[in-house]
Amino acid sequence: MKWLGAAAVVVLLLLPAALSSYAITVFIFIFFYAFLGQAWNIVGGYAGQLSAGHAAFVGIGAYTSAVLSVQAGLTPWIGMFVGGLLSAALGTVVGYLGFRFGLRGFYFVLLTVAFAEVCRVVALNTDAVGGALGYYITFTGDPWQFQFQDNRVYYYVALGLMLGATGVVAAIERRRFGAYLIAIREDESACEALGVNTFRYKMLAMVVSSFLTGVGGTFYAFYLFSLQPGAVFGIPLSVEIIIRPIVGGAGTVAGPILGAFILSPLAEISRSYLGQGGWSGAHLIVYGLLLIAVVLFLPRGAYPALLRLWTRMAAQ
Amino acid sequence: MSPGAPLLQVTAISKRFGGLVAVRDLSLEVARGEVLGLIGPNGAGKTTAFHLISGFLAPDTGLVRFDGHLLAGLKPHAICDLGLVRTFQIVRPFPHLSVLDNVRVGALARRPRMAEARAKAQEVIDQVGLGAKAEQRAGGLTLAERKRLELARALATEPTLLLLDEVMAGLNPTETAAIVGLIRRINEGGVSILLIEHNMKAVMALSHRIAVLSFGEKIVEGTPAVVANHPRVIEAYLGEEYVHAPAG
Amino acid sequence: MAVGLTLIFGVMRVVNFAHGDMMVWGMYLAWILATRAGVDPYAGFILCAAVLFAMGWATQRLLVDRIVDAPHEMQILLMLGVALVLENAALMAFGPDPQRVRSPLRAATLWLGPVFVDVARLVTFGLAMALTLALYLFLTRTELGRTMRAAADNAYGALVIGTDVRRLYATAFGIGAACVGAAGALVSPILPFQPAGGLSLSVASFNIVIIGGMGSLPGAFLGGLLVSVAESLGAVFLSPSMKELVSFSLLIVILLLRPAGLFGKTVA
Repeated sequence: MKWLGAAAVVVLLLLPAALSSYAITVFIFIFFYAFLGQAWNIVGGYAGQLSAGHAAFVGIGAYTSAVLSVQAGLTPWIGMFVGGLLSAALGTVVGYLGFRFGLRGFYFVLLTVAFAEVCRVVALNTDAVGGALGYYITFTGDPWQFQFQDNRVYYYVALGLMLGATGVVAAIERRRFGAYLIAIREDESACEALGVNTFRYKMLAMVVSSFLTGVGGTFYAFYLFSLQPGAVFGIPLSVEIIIRPIVGGAGTVAGPILGAFILSPLAEISRSYLGQGGWSGAHLIVYGLLLIAVVLFLPRGAYPALLRLWTRMAAQ
Repeated sequence: MSPGAPLLQVTAISKRFGGLVAVRDLSLEVARGEVLGLIGPNGAGKTTAFHLISGFLAPDTGLVRFDGHLLAGLKPHAICDLGLVRTFQIVRPFPHLSVLDNVRVGALARRPRMAEARAKAQEVIDQVGLGAKAEQRAGGLTLAERKRLELARALATEPTLLLLDEVMAGLNPTETAAIVGLIRRINEGGVSILLIEHNMKAVMALSHRIAVLSFGEKIVEGTPAVVANHPRVIEAYLGEEYVHAPAG
Repeated sequence: MAVGLTLIFGVMRVVNFAHGDMMVWGMYLAWILATRAGVDPYAGFILCAAVLFAMGWATQRLLVDRIVDAPHEMQILLMLGVALVLENAALMAFGPDPQRVRSPLRAATLWLGPVFVDVARLVTFGLAMALTLALYLFLTRTELGRTMRAAADNAYGALVIGTDVRRLYATAFGIGAACVGAAGALVSPILPFQPAGGLSLSVASFNIVIIGGMGSLPGAFLGGLLVSVAESLGAVFLSPSMKELVSFSLLIVILLLRPAGLFGKTVA
């Protein structure tokens, strides 16, 4: 398994030389969404706290570094951490309220959605960040301002983000923190009885997850150069974030990556074939159907299923 | 902490749910090294008493003192850190995790390093006789095995006081005898035990002293011999016990 | 005005993400009926309710039923999937632009003493009240309704006494969806609607249901009242675009203060 992973990384490092610019763009989105999915995976997959408002953290990270760069000239290389910290601050608030007041399952989902929507409406009504018109970054191509002439640089940055987040998740999984998160997902009361401070670990998961997601916001801002409240804070983005790890296998290191490689091409295809003639929601229908299918047939995601298949074949 | 003071001292705790008084003015003491049996008919408030002692519920009145600490306001995990750990009447293994990973969660409480916790977990699993099942998923275990797992997880936190809530319910006589032996060995290893149990033979065999609860109140307390022959116990409990005997 | 409609929302016991999207489908069905067949929405709402009943029944029977024993999270994800399909199917079928159904009643107005009321609103209000009352009577007075409430309290108990719980759930889900469909059709002459509106409708209904307590009828009524008052106040004192902010903030506050609702008996 380790060798397979290492080989895949080498291939991905060499790949841009052989790819068209369109294919590179597709890969950039695969990496980026795998990164966001991986960040979500910590709280949503491992700890089992279904946050459906992770777009809020992308949005805060994106607006923070964009505004800092445009208004104050601060390099997004620093701004991304400022954005991450602000997102983590919001994550702390959401987590504190949700976990302290004991909101579970559906109630926690609603809480996270509500916070993301509040962020969206606030951004929509704040003229200083462009309001409903959106916030735009002028392209200068200055690497110090996180802007690159060559699409391949974005490719490597996105790949780095994905691998970095994967490294973080893998490290968490190997430690007590990860073992506790998995146990919390399985049975919270039993964990408490066994000496696990469930509140503290859920908070920690939320903070790490929202920080990473906020860092991702900077990439979003400086790859797309325009921020629309409905797009960066909206529920569709939250859906994009959670659907990949769920399809790939929530609570596994490989799940979000596998999910991204399954979903992004699928979304790309449905968008380009069905999306003609104004059917702009085509890929979301595909997501919806896929979500239903996964829940019904592969509730633990594709990766654990593949793993079982693999061990069965190896045994024969 | 003087060695003569009791390990657990429960002073006049009460808990009511709406109009129902689940536990009324209950006082208990568990000495170091002791096994105290807690018996009583169904609905007598035994499990509620466990919830109150282990921090899953807060008592309306009264105090719980453990090993020199006042437990008021402490969360279950903090109480576990002090060395008081409970099992659940309805066993709650982490179903998708292996037996080893289940027990390791308990072991991590005292040994934050994964390798050490794993070694401790393996040791406890062998101790409770689940060694052959270490890699199996907990969800696939039999009831008897799950009861052992529940015990192993609690034991892995290295407690000084173990609260066992009906760890023998639903087991056949052979399995029960095995668990009785296991609990006795745990006690001999220095762990004090507070035991809720419906199986009279097992309680009588294991306990140094027994407290009897009825309608939330302690009616009798004493050695097994005293309790078994006490008229109030026969009235409140044993009649019921005969009714339940075939099922147990 | 919103009160009469929103109560219907609150009555439905199964809270699902597709709630608002089902209502949007009710609206579009009314719209199709009105534009293609010339059926007035005030008559067409019955047909809309019937179609939505089938939709809800099928959702429960084909999808939710299969995962009743799975963790709660799975149900949430499943309904999220259904919501995505419904919303975007509406988007593909009807386009993103807001629509409104024309009803002849729309133009008529009435003087009620000193108050000036338009007839469409009055009829919608009346029908919504009647439907709510009918549902209330159904749940409290009929055998099926009472069984349904009993099963909601204790599914296992209902199973023991020999109820076909699965069929019961499917019927309950169907009735819930039918209410939503009827509500959708009834508001279609008053409120403009669009596929993307499903979410805010869902949020409105969550607000109401959570305030009122899951599955409590008087709770739903009061919840509807509180939410519409709060939203109207918000709309008066803040700019109209901030109205959404009020309903989402309200949702957060409600979630934190009253997970079981004002009338709910148990926390889920």
